Amino acid sequence: MTDDQRRVPDVVARTRPLYTRPSYLALLVLGGAVGTSLRSWLEDRYATVAGGWPWVTFAINVVGSLVLGALLTSLARTGPDAGWRRRVRVGLGTGTIGGFTTYSTFVVEVDLLLRDGRVVTGVAYALVSVVIGVGAAVLGVLGARAVTGRRAS
Amino acid sequence: MITVLVALAGGVGAALRFVVDGLVARRRPPLPLGTVLINVSGSFLLGLLTGLALDHSGLDGLKLVLGTGLLGGYTTFSTASVEAVTIGLSDGPRSTVLAVLHAGGMLVVSLAAAMLGLWLG
Repeated sequence: MTDDQRRVPDVVARTRPLYTRPSYLALLVLGGAVGTSLRSWLEDRYATVAGGWPWVTFAINVVGSLVLGALLTSLARTGPDAGWRRRVRVGLGTGTIGGFTTYSTFVVEVDLLLRDGRVVTGVAYALVSVVIGVGAAVLGVLGARAVTGRRAS
Repeated sequence: MITVLVALAGGVGAALRFVVDGLVARRRPPLPLGTVLINVSGSFLLGLLTGLALDHSGLDGLKLVLGTGLLGGYTTFSTASVEAVTIGLSDGPRSTVLAVLHAGGMLVVSLAAAMLGLWLG
C-alpha cells in the first residue's frame, strides 16, 4: 500500500459523521454499559413500593440532568469540541449519563400509576420530574458558567 | 450473567441513540427532534414489553435485559432536560415557549405511546 492510499481512509474517517465511527460507537457501548449498570443496581437495591412515588428513577433523572448540564457547559466553555473533550462529551455525557438516566422507565411508571387509579400521584410524578429535571439542568448549566467564567477572567 | 447482559444491552441502547440522533440531526430540524423520536419510540416499546411481561410470567429476565438495559440505555432523561434548557436560554423569540413545548410535547406524546404499548401488550 502506498502512502497516498493509506492517507485516504484517514481523511474519510475525519470527515465522516461521528455516529458512523466504530471508535465512537465503542465508547458509547462502554459508557452506556457503565451508566445502565449503575441505574440497574440502584433500582434493584432501593426498589420502590408499588403504587408509590418512584423515588429511585426520580433521583437518577434529576441527578443526571444536573450533572449533564454542568458537564456539557464546562466542556463547551473551556475549548473546542474535538479530541479528548469530544470523547468525554460522547462517552461520559451521551453514553454514561445518558444511559444512567431513562425516559422510558419514567413514562411507563407514570402510565402504570394512572392505570392503577393513582391519578394524582401519576400526574404529580410526571410534572414534578420534568420541572425539577429541567431546573436541575439549569442549575448545572448556570453553575458551570459561573465557575468557568470566573476561571477565564 | 444477567448483570453483564443488562450492561451490554444498555451500552448498545446508548450507541443506537447516538446513531438515531445523528441521523435526525443531519436533516437539520429547527428544534432538536432526535431525542423526541428516541424517547417516544423507546417509551412505546417499553410499554409493549411491560404489557407482555405483566401477562406472561417467565419474561422477567427478558424484561430486565431489554427494558432496563436496551430501552433504558436508548432513552434518556438528562439529554431531554438539557435540550429544554438550551432552547430556553437561546436568544430567539419565544424561546421559553418553545422550551416548554419541547419538554411538554415530549412528555405527552411519550405517555400516549407507552399507554398504547401497554394496551397492545
